[in-house]
Amino acid sequence: MSDTVIEASGLTKRYGAATAVDGVSFTINRGEIFGLLGPNGAGKTTTILMMLGLTEVTDGTVRVMGYDPVREPLQVKRLVGYLPDTVGFYDHMTAADNLRYTAGLIGIPVAQRDARIASALDRVGLGDVRNKHVGNFSRGMRQRLGLAEIVMKEVSIAILDEPTSGLDPHATAELLDMIRSLKREGVAVLVSSHLLERVQSICDRVALFHAGRIALLGTVPELARQVLGGGYTVEVEADGGQALADRLAVVPGVRSVEQPAPGRYRLLAEGDMRPQAAAAVVNAGGQLRHLSVEAPSLDAIYNRYFQNQGTQNAA
Amino acid sequence: MRREGSPWRGLSVVFFRELFDHLTSARMLVLQLLVIVFGGMVVYFAAEQIRNTTAEDPFLFLRLFAPPGQTLLSFVTVLSILIPLIAIGLGFDSVNGEYNRRTMSRILAQPIYRDALLLGKFLAGLATITICLITLWLMVIGFGLLRLGIPPSTEELARCLMFLLVSIAYAGVWLALAMLFSIVFRSTATAALISLGVWLFLALLWPAFAQLVGEIIAPSDIRFAQLGLPTPDTVAWQQGLSRLSPGTLYGEAVLAMLSPEAQSLTNLLAQFQGRIMGAPLPFGQSVLSAWPQMVSLIAGTILLYVVGYVVFQRQEVRA
Repeated sequence: MSDTVIEASGLTKRYGAATAVDGVSFTINRGEIFGLLGPNGAGKTTTILMMLGLTEVTDGTVRVMGYDPVREPLQVKRLVGYLPDTVGFYDHMTAADNLRYTAGLIGIPVAQRDARIASALDRVGLGDVRNKHVGNFSRGMRQRLGLAEIVMKEVSIAILDEPTSGLDPHATAELLDMIRSLKREGVAVLVSSHLLERVQSICDRVALFHAGRIALLGTVPELARQVLGGGYTVEVEADGGQALADRLAVVPGVRSVEQPAPGRYRLLAEGDMRPQAAAAVVNAGGQLRHLSVEAPSLDAIYNRYFQNQGTQNAA
Repeated sequence: MRREGSPWRGLSVVFFRELFDHLTSARMLVLQLLVIVFGGMVVYFAAEQIRNTTAEDPFLFLRLFAPPGQTLLSFVTVLSILIPLIAIGLGFDSVNGEYNRRTMSRILAQPIYRDALLLGKFLAGLATITICLITLWLMVIGFGLLRLGIPPSTEELARCLMFLLVSIAYAGVWLALAMLFSIVFRSTATAALISLGVWLFLALLWPAFAQLVGEIIAPSDIRFAQLGLPTPDTVAWQQGLSRLSPGTLYGEAVLAMLSPEAQSLTNLLAQFQGRIMGAPLPFGQSVLSAWPQMVSLIAGTILLYVVGYVVFQRQEVRA
């Protein structure tokens, strides 16, 4: 597929006897936000470092826009922007000067340099503090400055390692918005995080890491169907008697119906079944009082998956 | 398997940024102040001494750097202590500082090789020291012109220039050593302490140590001892060992450049070519006799740099 920008197959990294990443394979497409999710120490950062050629690959291959990071690191680094976990800057220099240094390393022509720095800083909302020393910047501002560097570089792929860790909810929302705007420009974004809940909202597809392997790979609804057998929970509150539960249970796509209290029904479904559920209640002659849906959460998927793995291993 | 692209890409960007950083840093200001105060004081005393005593010395100007009979309070001694201090001060946090600021992975994610980063840092450090030394050197010469009232001869100027070059090579060794430790140790404090420790050991303890070890490897011969002469084997070992210290090499090279009439064992060659004892050596012969020391200093610099380079290339960049 010509739209593939990153292709990893059988990627493995060993430190002596310990295996950090064990035969990981995935592809990332143009204009896609791909989540590399999993607990700390699951091998996410090591995978990223191998994609950038910052650490040696023990086994397997990785191609970034067709280039091999081991053999052609400069080509790869020209196309990829990287925001490391807790990014650092030179504290005694201003935000603009920090970017000017990187611009020099990237090789942006001097004539364009200042314009590109200014527009990148404006875009991440740091235009007002461009001549302030980075030493006084908050964590959120540093992350945004790191993002400005990627914007300035005009990359095809952005790799963000734990971009939201340590940020307050407001700063997180802002940062996620900026990541979405990168996607709109056709940039493929790879986000790694251990905060499943926060990142889930922006990811098109996710890979769940566990102990150096990809345990699950796909879109969140796909994974929900696979692991939770549905994943959507539709809450219905209606008057209609016992027959209503049976009517709801036969709606196509509904896996099971629970009745936590009289007149309240909880449906486990494969998708957002609110219209169908409402129609079922009305057709059964019931009175609909409340209807809500809860999308499947990655946390639930992750926990359920490893519970299942645990019981399988124990058996 | 060839790497694609030039390893020097980005070298000048790194070089100029580091140079700018060094020159504007408070650390550099303190070090330079130290050199100017100490150097100025010593040179002033030397000039006073020269005005009072020597009138018909053919190398009056060189006495400014190395006053005769004075070893402790000469400009050369001050430099041989301060150069390692400056070099270590500039180099001890060059690589691990980037890790600690967490800028390393961000910089190395840009399209440059690690070669450019390391070499840029080394050259910037060396350039900073060179600028510092040249300033100092010009100041001393200017002061000499004013205070002594005579211009240096061409030969004196050539000798002073060689002295400057040897000093830069000497600084290179210590800079490469400090950078090596900054690559090996993740903590800047550890790197600084170990660099200073190595320097103190080599400068203060090693000369005595070399005497001792030389005596153990090749014990003094009783036949020579009875004549009151040192045993040649012992002396050779002692000298060889003491030359492992860059300070010794620097001292010998400087002695050859600045004290043309001084005797040293490496002057045997000159004696075979008809040297009269006590007469000053011509410039060419002085350079020749200091040549091995100068080459050793440069070789030491390259060796330490290469070890650091290899370690740095293999390091995993996580921060």
